[in-house]
Order: sequence, then structure tokens, then C-alpha cells
Amino acid sequence: MSSAPDVIAARPAARTAPLRREIPHTVSPGLWTLAWRRLRRDRLAMVSLAIVAAFIVLMILSGLGAVAKDWAQEVGVNYAPPSFMGPDAVPEAPSGQPRVDVSDAAAVAAPADDTGVVDPIGDVIAALKGSGPAAGATSSGAASDAPGFVDPLADVMKEIEGARRPPAAAGDAAKSVDPLADVMKDIEAGKGKAAAADTRRATLPFGADKWGRDVIAKTIKGSETSIFVGLAAAFVATLIGTVLGALAGYYGRWVDDALNWFYSIFSSIPYLLLILAVAAVLQHKGTMTIVLILGLTGWTGVFRLIRAEYLKHKSREYVQAADAIGASNARRMFKHIFPNISHVVLVQLSILVVAFIKSEVILSFLGFGVPVDVVSWGSMLNEAQNELLLGKWWQLAAAGGTMAVLVTAFSLFTDALRDALDPKLKGGKGH
Amino acid sequence: MNTPATLPAGNPLVRVRNLRIGFRLDRHTVFDAVKGISFDIPCNSTVALVGESGSGKSVTSLAILGLLPPENTLVDPGSEILYAGRNLATLPRNELVALRGSEISMIFQEPMTSLNPVFTVGFQIEEVLKLHRDMTGNQARKRAIEVLAEVGIPEPERRIDYFPSQMSGGQQQRVMIAMAIACEPKLLIADEPTTALDVTIQKQILDLIAALQKKHQMSVLFITHDLAVVGEIADHVIVMRNGEIREEGPAAQVFAAPRDTYTQALLQCRPSLDRRPMRLPVIDDFMDGQALNAADLPERTRGVRPEDPVVLSVRNLGKSFYAREGLFGSREFKAVRNVSFDLRRGKTLGLVGESGSGKTTVGMTLMRLHEATTGQALFEGKDILAMTPRQFMPYKRRIQIIFQNPYASLNPRFIVGQILTEPMEIHGIGASAQERADLAFELLDKVGLPEVSFYKYPHEFSGGQRQRIAIARCLTLKPDILICDESVSALDVSVQAQVLNLLQDLQQEFGLSYIFISHDLAVVKYIADEVMVMNQGEIVEIANSDAIYRHPREPYTQRLLASIPRGFRPAGARA
Repeated sequence: MSSAPDVIAARPAARTAPLRREIPHTVSPGLWTLAWRRLRRDRLAMVSLAIVAAFIVLMILSGLGAVAKDWAQEVGVNYAPPSFMGPDAVPEAPSGQPRVDVSDAAAVAAPADDTGVVDPIGDVIAALKGSGPAAGATSSGAASDAPGFVDPLADVMKEIEGARRPPAAAGDAAKSVDPLADVMKDIEAGKGKAAAADTRRATLPFGADKWGRDVIAKTIKGSETSIFVGLAAAFVATLIGTVLGALAGYYGRWVDDALNWFYSIFSSIPYLLLILAVAAVLQHKGTMTIVLILGLTGWTGVFRLIRAEYLKHKSREYVQAADAIGASNARRMFKHIFPNISHVVLVQLSILVVAFIKSEVILSFLGFGVPVDVVSWGSMLNEAQNELLLGKWWQLAAAGGTMAVLVTAFSLFTDALRDALDPKLKGGKGH
Repeated sequence: MNTPATLPAGNPLVRVRNLRIGFRLDRHTVFDAVKGISFDIPCNSTVALVGESGSGKSVTSLAILGLLPPENTLVDPGSEILYAGRNLATLPRNELVALRGSEISMIFQEPMTSLNPVFTVGFQIEEVLKLHRDMTGNQARKRAIEVLAEVGIPEPERRIDYFPSQMSGGQQQRVMIAMAIACEPKLLIADEPTTALDVTIQKQILDLIAALQKKHQMSVLFITHDLAVVGEIADHVIVMRNGEIREEGPAAQVFAAPRDTYTQALLQCRPSLDRRPMRLPVIDDFMDGQALNAADLPERTRGVRPEDPVVLSVRNLGKSFYAREGLFGSREFKAVRNVSFDLRRGKTLGLVGESGSGKTTVGMTLMRLHEATTGQALFEGKDILAMTPRQFMPYKRRIQIIFQNPYASLNPRFIVGQILTEPMEIHGIGASAQERADLAFELLDKVGLPEVSFYKYPHEFSGGQRQRIAIARCLTLKPDILICDESVSALDVSVQAQVLNLLQDLQQEFGLSYIFISHDLAVVKYIADEVMVMNQGEIVEIANSDAIYRHPREPYTQRLLASIPRGFRPAGARA
């Protein structure tokens, strides 16, 4: 009796070889093609996708330095209003006027103690910061007439403080301000003199911030940071969560137990404390640090979900069938099961991007986020909270508005993506 | 709620006229599920709606209750479902809700999923009574115990507080029936109520439905794909195909002298217990008008002789599962105990038993998809159960398995070409990708699929075609032994016949040995040379298939064989 192998092997292979080329065929649309078709029919999804894509293009251009490269230059007067509002009322004393307002408003609105101490130091530091990049990167000093505006400020402030403060505190503040102001004067004077004194514009398309930096450029730069952090951190978290979830769900037993312990420990620590701890361990403040922090703390949700998916799929018949034909564990895990759950991963990734953009904003707002020389939506909002007291709303509007647009578009896109990938979720088909 | 329906004598209970239902698939395409059918359900009788999947039988029954999903269902405005002078097709939703469960009620296929697992069965029955009969708690409970007793649940006073998971599948279906008849409906719709059940339980449930129908003088609309089941209980038979009625008439006439070719085909393509034709007739033969009557086909002889060479010899196979109990403890459950048998080359060993008998576990253990607890399986003189996974690898391809559900056993993200070439890739069969592809094309041809299938995804195929793909996948590895685990159970009868014919052809051509696991005794009788009956993990009886069906020795086997639906028997014989 001839066994099966012989019979099949004996069949002429040559006969069928040309057949393969002759067959007219169209490769049937796979999951992704079908999902894309469904997505394309969803008008809302396409609009949000276009918005998200525009933001990402912007991020890339900004990252490459094509746009908003000179965001740190102080192109306008400080707090220059948006063009459509016209320049401030007192053009001769563009800088002095608002400064008086600052301390007045602060003195009225908040306990004198706080604002009095914080304001001048903040200013000085900020001025330092502002001049830093200007000094390093550009020789044409945009901060050229800085001394012109720093001096009167300091004077006014000192007067005010002298008037309102207990002598001890005033002295303190004066002492701490004085040396810094000197250093600054030196720096500014060093390069400022040569450059034209009147390059700073009274108005900018969407206003300027405290130091006269263009809010639009700043927002673009801030978007770059925030979107990059969101995307990169979501990628890290999804990668960790997927790999660990796959291992736990597929192997089960002690692997699952161990990873679940790990997961439980991670998720039992309050989120912010964990972030502070990771930040302390990493010992370095930078954009990548934030990515790592968010990535290392944000994988838990993905882990649970992917673990559950693997648990479900590993007992499916097609995986058993793969076992029966001799597929290895790795092959079953990643070649067989993964394509079947990849849509879950993608949706999770999409959800996490939105969540992490928000997390980055919150962290930066609280001061745990990006370092001070990097601008992000969070740091812009942080600055904006003081400005708002002065009625300088444009930085808040720019950062908050762009963030709202992106987050909303991204969330809508995520929803549409989930529906497109799993049409069963959207109402049963019934049969 | 409303006035009870008064029916003039002689008028049918339900009159369906020109029922036309479509489903909107997307913005531009509508699938016509039911294409303008008309039929009557007379008072106090059982009407069977028979058809294969996609025939529109379930859609019809759901339409009567208004249970079709409103968002994508299009019911033709000319459709009429007249019940007690009202058109159910156009009745407002709240009036339909009042009818559901009280005057028209329904039993579904899967009792496990139709009962809510977090409520006791008593609560679920009482809920119906409170809703439709305005009963108080105590009254409802009393009535619930009554109906539970009526459907044959032992100790109903105690069982009423059980949760569905504490009951067996048969008992759960009885609870579903109790729920359905609690309000004494005029029409009971039973949608494949026995398909998910074992053959012995199926018989009990069929008897129960028949008895309740007589007792309560209600009408039953019985929906099934299995003509043999229908023969047991129906007065009237309606045969549907592709949304149209092919034939209707009294059961006796439909079974004895079917007029429609499709009905004839349905009756013929199911293997019968009496004869074993060389090939089973398939629907296409009948539709082409070139069918041979099954009685005229030559018979195939089945059976093993002691001198046939043994390919696999299983000795004292045992498999235990351990359920975790408490923190460190575990409870042993012996799924398979002390199973020994010989599989002979080129022959088929049928493995029959009810659910939980361990028949699937035997197959899984031989494939080493589960590790055996005890025992040996000698293949070419070597114990494949004692090998390390590495040693087992070359043997793995020699024993292959075809699973029950062709919808689940093919990876939905692979095209057929990938599905077929992957096993060859793993086992190094074929020198190049081209060679493997050629072999795949050849196998597609062998299992009767067009070559373009190579580039398609599994979801583009019907159940029978998918099972062919699964068979082709096994054949890529040139196995010696093929384990068929309920491989034809999920298929329509006509497709089942095609797949059974294919399996027989392949066996003849390649000398394959099959272990054919099934709960369907008629199919096993047809395809097996030797039959092994299992119960609760142990072998009850093992013998040549003709011998076991003619002269079962063990009482359990006798009971099992007695439960097989025999098709239509005259009314006198039934009662």
C-alpha cells in the first residue's frame, strides 16, 4: 500500500507550475483594506484624520526646523497684542505701562507677599532665558534694547515694593534682584548695542508672550513637543503592554502570575508619585525623559487588554490548528494571534496618544514636565495662568485652542477607527 | 393585556402572506433573506420549517415576533403576518411586546446563552409571569414550580433556586421551555431547540415538546435544519431554500412522496442507518437532474479484519485535568480513563459518545495538543506520547486533525495560500516557495476548490468550502492518520454529504486512516469501519460498525442507538 507522501510527491509539479501565472486573480481585501474603506466612507473620520495628519506634518516640519525655528526670538514687544486688536494704548512707553499693571494687579488680586517675591525673580530669570538663546544662536540681537526695558521695570518695581512691603522682605528681594540684574545688564549690553533698537513690533499676528516671542511660532513649537511626547510615549507604552500582555496571556501559569504581580505593584502606586519616582531615577530632565516616564507608567491598561485577548485567542481552534501543524510558540504568538488582535493594539495606541498628550500638558503645567528651555502646550498654559490676570489671553487661547482641536480630532478619529476595525460593535447585523 | 384572541374555528392561528424581508448590508446593497413567502400555521398543530443555513427560516420566525434588528431590516410593506386579526408585521412595538412571552413565545437554540447566568431560573420564570399575568410574588413562584414540574425537572421546589450554571444542558433547555409555556401561549416558536444537545437529550426534549403541544392545545412552529428530527414531531412540513418555499404539505406526504427535487435531495443526502452507498448523493446531483436514487447506488463494505495492519496502537490512555481549589489544592478530573484501541491502516475508527464522554480529549491527546497523563500510543513501534517535543516534531505531521468548526479553525488574517503553504514551510516540505505554492494549487484542485481560492481569505468561503480548506491544509503534510473531530457536525446536510464523500475519496487514494469523532451516530455508521462507544471517559464497547449497530451488547449503546431520530414514522407508531 503506497502511503500518502509518495502519492502526493509523485504528482507532476511541472504541470501546475505555469498554472500559477495563468490564474487571473485579485488578492482579496484584507482587514486593513476593508477598514480603510469603511473609514473613508465616514466623513467625520476623514475630517479628523486630516486634522491629525496636518498636526503631525506640522510636528515633523517643526522638528526639522522648517517652521517656527526662531520661536525663541523676541520679535515683538512684550505682551504685544494680536494684530487684529491693534497696538497697545501707550506706544511711547510700551514696556513700562504694562509692568505697572502687573504689580498693581498682582497686589490687588493676590496676597502681596507672594507676588512681590515671585514676580521680580521670575522676570529676571525669564529675561536671562530669553537672552540665552538669542545670545547663542543669533548675532542680530533681538533682545537689543533689553536694558532699556529692564531698567525702568526694576525701578518701578523697587519703588512699589519699597512702598508696600515690610522693610526686611523688601531688602531681601532687592538683594536677590540686584546682582542678577547686573549680570543681565552686562550680557544685554554686550551684544544689544549694535543691533537696531526698533526691530520689535508693536503687534504680532496672534500676539506675543511675556518676552515678546511670537505666540504662533511658540504654539507650533509647543505642538511639536506635545505631539511628539504623546506619540512616542504611546508607542513605548503600547509596545511594553503588548509584549508583556502577549507573554502573560499566551503562556499563562507562572509567567502570567509573575507579570500580574508586576502589574499590580505598578498600578497600586499613585500615578503622580510613580512619575516623580521615575523622574528622580532618570536624573535628567528632558523631552525623552517625559516620554520614558509616560511610557513606563502607562502600559498597564494595554497589558490587561492584550493579555485578555491572548487568553481568548490561544484557545481558539485556529491556534490549535497552528499547533497541530507544528508552529512554534513564537510563531503562534506573533504570526497567528497578533494579526488577529492588531486592531485592538492600534486602537489602544490611538487612545493612549490622546491620553499622553493630556498627561504631558498636565505634567508640564505642574512643573514636572518638559524642562524650562523647551516649550510645550503645558508650559504655555502654565505661563498663561499669570498672564490671564492681566487680560493677556492670547497665549492661553493659542495653546488651549490647538490642544482642544487636536485632542478632539484625535478622539473622534479613534472612535471612527474602532468602528471601522470592528464593525460589529456598531449595532448588530442580525440574521 | 388586550382581549384574548378569539379565533373562528377552522381558521389558521397564524396566516403569513407574501412575507418579504431584506437586510441592508451597506448603503447600496440589500440582501433578500425572505422572498415573499406565504404559509399558514393551523391551530393545535406542529409546523416544521426546514431549511439549510441561509434559507431564511430563522428570519421568518423572528419576524413573527418582531425580533429582527430594526436598524437594518427592511420588511416589505405588503407583507402580512396575521395573528388574531392583527398584522404583526406592522404592529406597533409596544403591542408586540405585550404579545411576546404571553401569547407567542420562543425557545432558542443555545439554552446556555439564552438564560441569564446571574439570576436563578425561578426568578427568570417568575419575571415572565409578573410581566404578562400580573401575578404577585407568591403566585408566580407557585406557578413557576408547577411549570418546572411539567417540563420534567426533578425536585422543582429545590431547583427553582438554582442558577442556570448548576444545571445540565438538557435541564437548561427544559427551563427555557418552562419559561416559554408559563403563560400558556397559543404559539410556541422553537428555533433549533435540540441542535446543541446530545442525541439522548434531544429525544427527551422532542418528546416533551410533542407532549406539551397536545396537552395545551397550542401550535408549535418548529425550525430545524434536520429533516430526521422533523419526522418525529411535525404534522406539517415547509421546506425553504434561499428565502423561498420549495415544498409544503403534510409530513407524511413530504417524507413519503416529496415532489420537489430539493426536498428529495435533502432526504437522500443524509446517511441512513440501513444502507451504505459508495457515495452519498449531493444536492447538486439532484438539481442537475442526474441524481441516482440512494437505493440504487452500490453499497460499500466497511469493517476491519484482524489481519489488517495496525498503524496506531493506543494502550491505557488516560488524561486528567486539574481544577484549582483553594490556594494550593487541586481537584483531579479524569476526562479519559484506560482507553486502548488499535487503528488500522486505511480504515476508519468511529468514536461516538455524548458530550463529556472524553472523545475529543482522546483526539487532542493523540495530537499532543493535550499531554496525556498515562498510557502509550505506539506509532511505528515508537511511543509518541513519551517523546520530547523535539523528537515528536517529525511525527507531528504524520498525525493531523480537522476541527469541528471551519469558521474558527482557519486564521482569518491569512489568505488560503498562506494557510496551505505555512505547514510545508514549517516542516521543510518542498524546496522553494514556488514548489510549495504548486503543491497548494494541486491540493486545492484535489479538494474541489477553484485555483483562485489561493488568493482569498477564509471569510469569503462557505462552511463546506472552509472545511475543504482545512482538509487541504492537513493533506499538505502528507499525514498517515487524520483525526476528524466533529468535522462535519457544523455543516448543512448537503455539504456534509460532500465532505464525507471527499473524505472517502481521499482515504481510497492515499490510504489514510481516520479517527472519526462524532456525536452523530448515523454519520459514524456510514463512514466508520469500527466503532468505539465512550461514556464518561471510558470505553463502553468497541466493535465493527455493522455489528455494533445491529447487535449492540451494552445497555448504554442500546440506549444511544434508540435515541437516533429515524425520520418520519406514521402517527400511530409515534404515539
